[in-house]
Amino acid sequence: MSEAVEIETLRKRVAAGHAAALPTLRFLTCGSVDDGKSTLIGRLFYEQQLIHEDQLAALERDSKKHGTVGPDIDFALLVDGLEAEREQGITIDVAYRAFSTSNRAFIVADTPGHEQYTRNMATGASNCDLAVLLVDSRKGLLPQTHRHATIVSLLGIRHVVLAVNKIDLTGYDQAAFAKICADFAAFAAPLRFASCVAIPISARFGDNISRNSKRTPWYLGPSLVSYLETISVEQDRSTLPFRMPVQWVNRPHLDFRGFCGTIASGEVRRGDEVVVALSGKLTRIERIVAADGDLEVGRAGDSVTLTLADAVDIGRGDVLAAPHARPDVADQFAANLIWMSDEKLLPGRSYLMKIGTRTIPVSVTEVKYRLDVTTLAQHPAKTLSLNEVGFCNLATSAAIAFDPYAENRVMGAFILIDRFSNATAGAGLVAFGLRRATNIHPQDLTIVKEARARMKHQRPAVLWFTGLPGSGKSTVANLVEQQLHARGVHTILLDGDNIRHGLNKDLGFSAADRLENIRRVGEVAKLMTDAGLIVLCAFISPFAVERQMVRDILAPGEFVEIFVDTPLALCIARDPKGLYKKALAGEIKDFTGVDQAYESPKAPELVLAQRDATAQQSSARVIAYLVERSYIERFDDSGDWSI
Amino acid sequence: MNNLSAHLRELEAEAIFIMREVVAEFARPVLLYSIGKDSGVMLHVAQKAFYPGKLPFPLLHVDTTWKFKEMIAFRDATAARLGVDLIVYTNEEGLRRGISPIASGSALHTQVMKTEALRQALDKYRFDAAFGGARRDEEKSRAKERIFSHRSAAHAWDPRNQRPELWRLFNTRIKPGESMRVFPLSNWTEQDVWEYTAAESIPVVPLYFAKERPVVERDGTLIMVDDERLPLKPGEKPRLERVRFRTLGCYPLSGAIRSAAATLDDILAEMRNAKTSERQGRLIDHDETGSMEKKKREGYF
Repeated sequence: MSEAVEIETLRKRVAAGHAAALPTLRFLTCGSVDDGKSTLIGRLFYEQQLIHEDQLAALERDSKKHGTVGPDIDFALLVDGLEAEREQGITIDVAYRAFSTSNRAFIVADTPGHEQYTRNMATGASNCDLAVLLVDSRKGLLPQTHRHATIVSLLGIRHVVLAVNKIDLTGYDQAAFAKICADFAAFAAPLRFASCVAIPISARFGDNISRNSKRTPWYLGPSLVSYLETISVEQDRSTLPFRMPVQWVNRPHLDFRGFCGTIASGEVRRGDEVVVALSGKLTRIERIVAADGDLEVGRAGDSVTLTLADAVDIGRGDVLAAPHARPDVADQFAANLIWMSDEKLLPGRSYLMKIGTRTIPVSVTEVKYRLDVTTLAQHPAKTLSLNEVGFCNLATSAAIAFDPYAENRVMGAFILIDRFSNATAGAGLVAFGLRRATNIHPQDLTIVKEARARMKHQRPAVLWFTGLPGSGKSTVANLVEQQLHARGVHTILLDGDNIRHGLNKDLGFSAADRLENIRRVGEVAKLMTDAGLIVLCAFISPFAVERQMVRDILAPGEFVEIFVDTPLALCIARDPKGLYKKALAGEIKDFTGVDQAYESPKAPELVLAQRDATAQQSSARVIAYLVERSYIERFDDSGDWSI
Repeated sequence: MNNLSAHLRELEAEAIFIMREVVAEFARPVLLYSIGKDSGVMLHVAQKAFYPGKLPFPLLHVDTTWKFKEMIAFRDATAARLGVDLIVYTNEEGLRRGISPIASGSALHTQVMKTEALRQALDKYRFDAAFGGARRDEEKSRAKERIFSHRSAAHAWDPRNQRPELWRLFNTRIKPGESMRVFPLSNWTEQDVWEYTAAESIPVVPLYFAKERPVVERDGTLIMVDDERLPLKPGEKPRLERVRFRTLGCYPLSGAIRSAAATLDDILAEMRNAKTSERQGRLIDHDETGSMEKKKREGYF
């Protein structure tokens, strides 16, 4: 009992203590090598008494071993986490640290200054609202400073602190500080930061870090900490139109269907009308479900579960939006791209794009130019290498919903994933959508065709559908092909009827001709697997030996025998082409199931019992099999077919 | 309406997003439940994330057989209370080999009964994503760990080859046999965990609260005599001291701190004045700086 009471008092106190506090500030520190970023963070922690005695003891030990500042404590060692970089004395990765002062909670990303690690800086910047840009007061602005300011601006950070460090080494000289401020103002003007404040500091000696230094009496602005504690960086995502990428559909039982997601922008109230961005379907918010009671309103940043008034078809990757201000919907768009892979960007090659909660094949159709992030000059380019930034046109395999990154960071950000290595190859920021009719030129289409040929992120296979006439082979094969196509898988469907009208029109229905029919189909299927395709074959193929023949000419694992097991009585009842009727009347000879035997497969890869399954369910099983055995990739497995 | 501060609400929303992302994109996730306060928060957040449904993944506890008795009782009570699916895994081969923190030392015991046991369990159940309660503020090398941390088919972590993690666009793609460790509480601090525990009234193991317990002092570390397996040195006699634990693990490897903090409020007050970090009581981190990083490369959490 007493514990419950205590929790209650504590709860009130915690709530009261935070009521007035500003939201958590996520900021990054960046600058050139040796500008003192890690030292600055170490100093911040030290002055905020966030370093515990045991850590300090370890730090003193490490300072003696690896330190670069003589007998003093090397604060950089506190944040340089990985062994290798401690030995090299440089930060090679992004380190995140959460801390709070009595006035505000912070998450700081410490990012590297080394040129080849620019991708890490962009990574750190992507989740921050403010950047602390370090400059060595002796050296002034370096190419790296320009580069980092540009990337910070590109990634949508609107607030910058120019921390002019090592001011002790220029004798606390006001003129040196003023010159750096003026230089930076001139360079940063086109980057249009909402705020840019310069502070003279010494991370090593603590000048103007937590409190104003007596050694810079000419500086009248705030110390770094008091500035960070008070700056409001809220671009106010909650005033933008409502957007929520659907992350997961919660279906604990048949009567509940909750759409889970984190609200990207705006707010949503019970009863609000919303639109499903891609389909344009309108519906209303019925409930905002939460474990401790339904909510009236959900705001930007909240992770919520919504139920809707209508049974609309929505899955992971859809976007719910305000109907009066909808996101763009297009399959072609222009974007800034930051390349992060050792392997160059290949225009036309298929990558996977993750935008919001959607993952979809994409290719770069054209590199417009490469941006020199040091000078802001635009250079013609055909590709992008590691750490290069370019402006490109991209095409997705289906339409997606997005907003320009400059308007909405969550809705306009994407990553590109290498489909072979699974590496994160690039980061993108959508600039604007492109309209097919006006922007797509014939040469673009040629590239798309090449891209298709390169897009073989699938294992070739022959899906051999066998079964009685009228068992539903073609229907299921057709559905499977549609779904494979929608996933960007390259397929071809060989069907008994269409093959007999062309390639095999010289063949009849005798046992010998049937065998030759299947042999030729098998050879054609083999050629097509050489081309990397998934080949769907729907043939009665009544004899075990002919199916074995095809299996034998293919590489191991390529032949997937799918037995469409529909009872004869049901086939006769269905009789879609009226053939059973004719055969039973004696009008057709050698008809499988009537006067010719069907040899059921002994060990097929898959049996589709058609008595109690719909064609949709059967096709879903085939897709599931292909995913499970890695013939095709798992992505965006949304929607109901997987249930 | 809940009582959370803006800061805690943001951390909670982030953790929920991460957990849902895993459930949407992986075939067989599991939550590594270590019984401690961080696991408790993670479990609580998970229940919110998937409400009104049940947890769409099981809990896995790697039991070294050397946990405090109160931890095991709390574990079983929690699983029963919440109706969650709990898998308890012990490296039986390690037991047969007689591995223990007493006989084998902390390093070998941790390697065999925790690191190897975890790998065995993940392989046995073919889990492709495992939630861990690790926070970036715990240890230096963790500050650079991703939220989605890729592991090779051999469960190895390659700090030189981590995927950049931009925005909240987590690259969840893995090849067959590979897996992902996922840390939904990455951005939380020890203080956040306690404040959230208090605000949400999450039950915790009573060992976190000060009480008179039988302890022996060895090299400045207070070890609780939880059962008769702890061999006493000649002349050593357990005495009752008012102590509590900041982190929980195998009892012979968990140092207690002298404390009078008997309530959550006391703990928070104590923490604000704390002069040592929470991992100080963990004997396995001490060997040398960088030891956690070495363990992680080998697959320890």
